Amino acid sequence: MEYLKLLGILVVIVGFALKIDNILIIVIASIVTAIVGGIGPVALLQTVGSTFVANRSMLIFVVVMLATGTLERNGLKQASAALISKIKGATPGAIVNAYGVLRAFFGAFNVGLGGVAGFVRPVVIPMCEGAITSKGLTPDPEHMESVKGMAAGIENITWFFSQVLVVGGSGALLVQGTLADLGYTSDLVQLAGYEVPVCIAAVVVTLVYYTLLDRHDMKKYCGKEGK
Amino acid sequence: MFFMNPEITFGNKMLELLYIIIGLICIYAGVKNLKDKDNPNRIGTFVFWTALGAATALGKYLPSAAEGVVIVICIIPALLKKVTPGRENAPSKEETQQNFDKIGMKLFIPALAMGIFALIFGLAKPFGMSALVGTGFGVLVAIVLLMIWNKKNTPKVFLDDSERFLSIVGPLSLLPTLLAILGSIFTSAGVGTVIASIVSNVIPQGNVVIGIIVFALGMMLFTMIMGNAFAAITVMTVGIGAPFVLQYVKNPAMIGMLALTCGYCGTLLTPMAANFNIVPVAILEMKDRSGVIKKQVIPALIMIVFQIVWMILHA
Repeated sequence: MEYLKLLGILVVIVGFALKIDNILIIVIASIVTAIVGGIGPVALLQTVGSTFVANRSMLIFVVVMLATGTLERNGLKQASAALISKIKGATPGAIVNAYGVLRAFFGAFNVGLGGVAGFVRPVVIPMCEGAITSKGLTPDPEHMESVKGMAAGIENITWFFSQVLVVGGSGALLVQGTLADLGYTSDLVQLAGYEVPVCIAAVVVTLVYYTLLDRHDMKKYCGKEGK
Repeated sequence: MFFMNPEITFGNKMLELLYIIIGLICIYAGVKNLKDKDNPNRIGTFVFWTALGAATALGKYLPSAAEGVVIVICIIPALLKKVTPGRENAPSKEETQQNFDKIGMKLFIPALAMGIFALIFGLAKPFGMSALVGTGFGVLVAIVLLMIWNKKNTPKVFLDDSERFLSIVGPLSLLPTLLAILGSIFTSAGVGTVIASIVSNVIPQGNVVIGIIVFALGMMLFTMIMGNAFAAITVMTVGIGAPFVLQYVKNPAMIGMLALTCGYCGTLLTPMAANFNIVPVAILEMKDRSGVIKKQVIPALIMIVFQIVWMILHA
C-alpha cells in the first residue's frame, strides 16, 4: 500500500483547513508519516535532531532581537518619523517599494538586510508610520495592518526572485545536481541567466500592484490629506 | 575541541559561536519567565525556551537522537499551550521620546549596522565568515553604540528587551524548523516518489505544453504542501519534469531552473512556509494570521502564469 504514505499530507491539508494549531498538525503528520513509512522511533528522533541542527540558521532573528528591542526603546520610531517628515509626499507604499528595490539589488549579491526582525520592524514600518503622521494624521490600525502585509510581502517576493540570480546559489546548485543525476549538464552562470527575466517581471509586477494598493489605502484611510 | 581545531574555518567557528549566543538568549528568556510571577504558565514557558536554547547551543555536541529528545521536550509545552508572555516591559512613549531627544538621528547608524555588516560579510567573506555572522557582528556594533550614547542601556536592558520580542513571537519561533523536520520525514518515507507515480498515471506523455503546465503547477502545489521549494524540486523534476518535459525540449536546463521559481510561487501562498509567511505576522504584531499571504496571492499567480508562458515560448 504505497498510497498510505500520503496520509501525512492529508493530515496537513485537513489540519490547515480546520484551522488546527500549526504545531499540532506538524507533530501528527510527522508521527503518522513515520508509522506508515516504517521509520522507527530512534530513526525518527535522529531525523528530528539532525534536521534541527542543519536548520539553526532559521533562528538568526533571535540574535537580531538583542538590538531591535532596545533600538525601539531609544526612539527609533521617532527618528524614522523625523526623517520621513523631511520628504514631502512620501506614502507608506512608496517606502515599501523603495525598500523592495533595495532588497532585490542586495539579494542578487546573496545578502540580506536583517529580515523582518532586523529591518522591517525597526526601520521600514516606523518610516511608513512617519509618512502618515507627517501629514498630521494618526495611522489607522487597519491601514497599518495592510502596510505591514505589503512590507513582509515585498521582503519575501524580492528576496526569492533575486536570490536565484546569485551564481552558484544554493537553489541553482540543487537544480544542477538534480539535472546531472538525470544526465543533463548545465552551467551555473547560464542557470542564473535564465532567471533574469523572471526576476525583473516579479519585481515590476509587485511594485505596480503595491502602488495600486497604496493608492486605494491612502484614499480610504487618509482622505483628502492623503493625496 | 571544536573551537581549537585548526581544520575548521574561522567562519564556521564564528557561526557556531553565534548559535551558542542565540541559545543563551533563549535560555535567559526561559529563566526570566520562570521567575516572573505575572506569567500564568511559568514552568511551561521556562521549559520551552530553555529546551530551544539548549538544542540550539548544543547542536554541535549532542548526538542527533539526543538532540531529537530535547526538541520533543521543547514541543510539549507548545502543544499544551503552556508558553505565554509574562509581565510586559514595553517602554512608554515618554521614555522613547526622551531617549530620542538625547541621541537624535544618529540612531540610524546602529539600526542599519546589522544590514550593512551582513552585506559586507556576505560580499567580502572576511576569513570565510558569512552574511549570518555579519548580522551577528552588526548586532554587536549596535549594542556598543547604544551603550556609549545612553548610559541607561545596560546589558540587562538589552536582554530584557530581546525577551520581550521573543515572547511576542512565542512558540511560533519553533515552527520553521519543525516544518523543515516534517519535510525530511516526508523525504525519508518516500512521499515524493508516490506523488510522482500518481501524476504520471494521469497525464499523457509526449505533449510538451501539457507537460510544462503540469510540471509548473505541480511544483507550486507540492511546495505549498511541503512549505519549501527545495524539498519539492528534486522529487518533481525526477517524477514529472524528466519523463514529461525535459526529454522533449531543446533547453532542459532552463526548464529545470524555472521549475524552482515556480515552486517559489507556492512558497508565497502557504502557511507551511512559516518563517516567511507566519513568523512575520507575529514579529510585526499583525492581527490577521494570513495577512502576509493575502498580499502575495496576486503577484504569485501572475508569476506562475508568466513563467508557464515563458517556458512554453522558449523551451
